Amino acid sequence: MGRLARGTIALAVAAAGVAAGRALPVRRRRSWPRVSGADPRPARWQVVTVAGPPEAVLPGGRWPEPLRRLDGAVELHARPAPGGRGTELAARPLGDSPPLPGLAAHLVGDDPGLLIREALRAAKQLTETGEVLRADRSRLDRPGAAG
Amino acid sequence: MRALCWEGVDELAVRRVPDPELRNAHDMIVRVRRSATCGADLPLLAGRVPFLAAGDVLGHEFLGEVVEVGPAVRRHRVGDRVVVCAAVACGACWFCRQGLFACCDNGSTGAAAAESAWGQPTGGCYGHPGPLGGFAGSHAEYVRVPYADVGAFTVPEAVSDDRAVFASDAAPTGWMGAELGEVGPGDVVAIWGAGAVGQLTARAAVLRGADRVIVIDGYDDRLRMVDRHVGAEPLNYRYVDIPAELRERSGGRGPDVCVEAVGMEPEPPGLLAGRLGGGGADQSLAVREAVHTCRKGGTVVVLGTWTGFVDTFPLGAVLNKALTVRGARQHGQRWIPMLLDRMARDELRTEHLATHRLPLERGADGYALFRDRTDGCVRAVFSP
Repeated sequence: MGRLARGTIALAVAAAGVAAGRALPVRRRRSWPRVSGADPRPARWQVVTVAGPPEAVLPGGRWPEPLRRLDGAVELHARPAPGGRGTELAARPLGDSPPLPGLAAHLVGDDPGLLIREALRAAKQLTETGEVLRADRSRLDRPGAAG
Repeated sequence: MRALCWEGVDELAVRRVPDPELRNAHDMIVRVRRSATCGADLPLLAGRVPFLAAGDVLGHEFLGEVVEVGPAVRRHRVGDRVVVCAAVACGACWFCRQGLFACCDNGSTGAAAAESAWGQPTGGCYGHPGPLGGFAGSHAEYVRVPYADVGAFTVPEAVSDDRAVFASDAAPTGWMGAELGEVGPGDVVAIWGAGAVGQLTARAAVLRGADRVIVIDGYDDRLRMVDRHVGAEPLNYRYVDIPAELRERSGGRGPDVCVEAVGMEPEPPGLLAGRLGGGGADQSLAVREAVHTCRKGGTVVVLGTWTGFVDTFPLGAVLNKALTVRGARQHGQRWIPMLLDRMARDELRTEHLATHRLPLERGADGYALFRDRTDGCVRAVFSP
């Protein structure tokens, strides 16, 4: 099995329903944890800033949806954002196989970073607005609805 | 329902499309009563915008009547007459809380593509493809309004549809132009472009107490409107040397605030011939002239949407003259209630901008008039 397929499964298994009951500590340090020299994972974190204090973003210290479904596949950290902007929420993939590098991953649609970023954005929207904004359906989505 | 759809480069047609539906709890559905053309539609019409697909419905400046509300909508009821801000914003993220609604983190469904284009996602807009919204346009019988409590505003009874429709986009864009320039008493303000946004920027500058407001364009019919409806001084660049004229009218200092309200054109036919009237896309000659003429320490405001990459920009003049250059897509949610009040008090009149009122079926004709600026067209406004 190639690197591409392994990366896909790592996230897909986690998304299939690992319940997340772990409490998440809120960090105070200035930088996100760095990988060790032997760690093959990329050091790049995906980060969003969520309007709201850490206790609203992580109620009871629990992961917000849909990140909760990625428990076991990603590591997650949070810290207060400067200037009262809310909470910085950071995630990156776990796993022992490095993902494909950026361009190749973009071309084949298998960049875990993109999936994680999408999940972070959704978690942010859910916290801030209560829902994830959906696009209007196009004609192609409903081909029988009208000519 | 019927809607005006983009079918390909410079091709529009009224088609039957599925009715919009509530997709989120904060949505509502509006039956459209007025929907206006806008310069921001022209690059879409010309096929210059990626992601636009055949069958997509155009239009983002509109007014109508609420016919259905989602379970989380609190401020509106069925039957309300509302004007809807062209910019889609959540009202809850940090940017919305700062009043920067067009920078909303949650107003677009295509955040990933917008991040690639601009570095960060921006707010959405009706009638624009995914990275700038993902919502059907308003040139239709009905339109879905996301975040309805944030983006829709009840229109006072005293304000007509034909006036209030411009509170959706052109009026807040104009007000923002004056506000970004911090226009106040004693200022000399120069505005490039006498379309709807240029005229309403000028009107905002007048209302904010500017000492002199000068509007530059190449079309006499538009400049006559500036004189008659805005209370500003018209200048036709076809007949006068604009930098020299502005220097003279500002006591040799240069205007305190210079606003580009030209917008971007589909194809630049030539460096000089394209100026303001017929092209000049990414050459941005109006901005260059604004930078050149603005007084030292003054402010240049860029309002034209679809500005992409502009080369040969006089950055040295910005540095040497200590200029401030600002730009934004409009944060209309901040100003629409105030603008509606001013419309109700007759301080802000906009109906003259709707030079062509047409049924939706004549949408393609309306856009041809608007694009080519024929028959004195400033804005075509459709009634579905």
